[in-house]
Amino acid sequence: MTSIGTGYDLSVSTYSPDGRVFQVEYAQKAVDNSGTAIGLRVKDGVVLAVEKIKHSRLLVPQSNRRIMTAGKHIGVASAGWMSDTRHLVKRARDEAHNYHSVYKADIPAKIIAERMGMYVQAYTLYSSVRPFGVSTILACVDKDGPQLYMVEPSGQFVGYRGCAAGKGKQVAKTEIEKLKLEELTVREAVKEAARIIYAAHDEAKDKLFELELSWVCAESGMLHAHVPQDVLADAIQHAERSLDEDDDDEMEDEDL
Amino acid sequence: MDPVSLELPHTLRGPQATAGYGPTTRTTQPIVTGTSVVAFKYKDGIMMAADCLASYGSLARFRNENRLMKVNETTVLGVSGDMGDFQHMKHKLEDVMTHEYDMDDGQALGTKSVYKCLSNIMYGRRTNINPLWNSFIVGGVDGGERVLGYVDLYGTTYMADSLATGFGKHLAVPILRRRVEGRADEITEEEAVAIMDDCMRVLLYRDCRAFNKLRRAKVTAQGVEISEPYSLATNWSYAESIVGYGV
Repeated sequence: MTSIGTGYDLSVSTYSPDGRVFQVEYAQKAVDNSGTAIGLRVKDGVVLAVEKIKHSRLLVPQSNRRIMTAGKHIGVASAGWMSDTRHLVKRARDEAHNYHSVYKADIPAKIIAERMGMYVQAYTLYSSVRPFGVSTILACVDKDGPQLYMVEPSGQFVGYRGCAAGKGKQVAKTEIEKLKLEELTVREAVKEAARIIYAAHDEAKDKLFELELSWVCAESGMLHAHVPQDVLADAIQHAERSLDEDDDDEMEDEDL
Repeated sequence: MDPVSLELPHTLRGPQATAGYGPTTRTTQPIVTGTSVVAFKYKDGIMMAADCLASYGSLARFRNENRLMKVNETTVLGVSGDMGDFQHMKHKLEDVMTHEYDMDDGQALGTKSVYKCLSNIMYGRRTNINPLWNSFIVGGVDGGERVLGYVDLYGTTYMADSLATGFGKHLAVPILRRRVEGRADEITEEEAVAIMDDCMRVLLYRDCRAFNKLRRAKVTAQGVEISEPYSLATNWSYAESIVGYGV
């Protein structure tokens, strides 16, 4: 970023001479510093997983959730500033509630993604506000089947089969690309998601982390819910085992 | 005026805003109504019943309405009175349940809390002299305890082992006093069904807004179960021998 310090990075209401809005790019950086969050859209549902980095051993397990629910059927996983996330989740809940009170029907994924995108985008327009430092991943099953969207700090919202945000997004995306998402079931996807989060985790940078896993599928009554403890335990076991196997493979390679 | 911001009388708030439309008006009578709800406690939980009719005055207008609502995994709500006001309350309760679900704190709203919430709304509305024209019975199992409560358009609340609304207060309560009160712990499901059907049959015979298509709900430790509509066996040949009936 050669243009840093040239005065064009202070406000979202000023473009730089080469047509960029630096504040939005910095917001993206805030996202890139966060623990990885991924979403997988598979044939019978959607799975969300988050690498929740813990700054202390004293934190209560499962506290400070990074995957939240907006209006029963929508899951929101996020990477970035948690305070901004909570604000956006509140907004998502308000939008879901508003839609429901007008149409007496659950808000479709496309609509909530669009409304969230518009809201986030509005914070890239005025010098008096700063863009949100979060990418939110929305998971939902509606009348068109499983849906997955990601809303970025720029306000861009795109539908995905699989997506990732945060520190480990490169590793995670490479791993997600290897999956046959349209053939997986949620049960399988939960394990894959756990494996990918563990693979994307960088032991050197952050020691402590907790895996958060949620889904929207028939097993959760088409509502968004954190996966049951036994499913989570299974997934973690699967993730740890496949990590060990990878390490073994590497050692063998070295021996040769 | 831009059509989106055009204010209609019912969207206005406060008396001064309505000046251009004449004086503030309130509901003075229910329009589409449901009749009695009957409910009582028995050994395994609570049982409740209501018929499927929503009357338009004396016209049997809508004959396939459900007046028993599952509020959550442990609570049912039985409704009599204005069906429009009930739908409003239904959406309100659904919003409350959605809000609770979103909190995701492992805590479910119990029957007592639902009852409290409902009675606060009803009392608040009557205090603003804008009541919801209903009588509700809330029933459920809250932490192993059977809960049965009544609330109406005046915000009146009471709890008892057996309850009824509307005509049921006159016709079903005497039966329930005799067959349920003091025996709530002994009544089996089988007997409860028999008692309930007897109450609903008497109502069907005597209440001209009752209908022979009804649903029965039960709440036990296993959760809420609302039956499909069913009918009662009746015998109208008695009618001829009743002095002062008809003719």
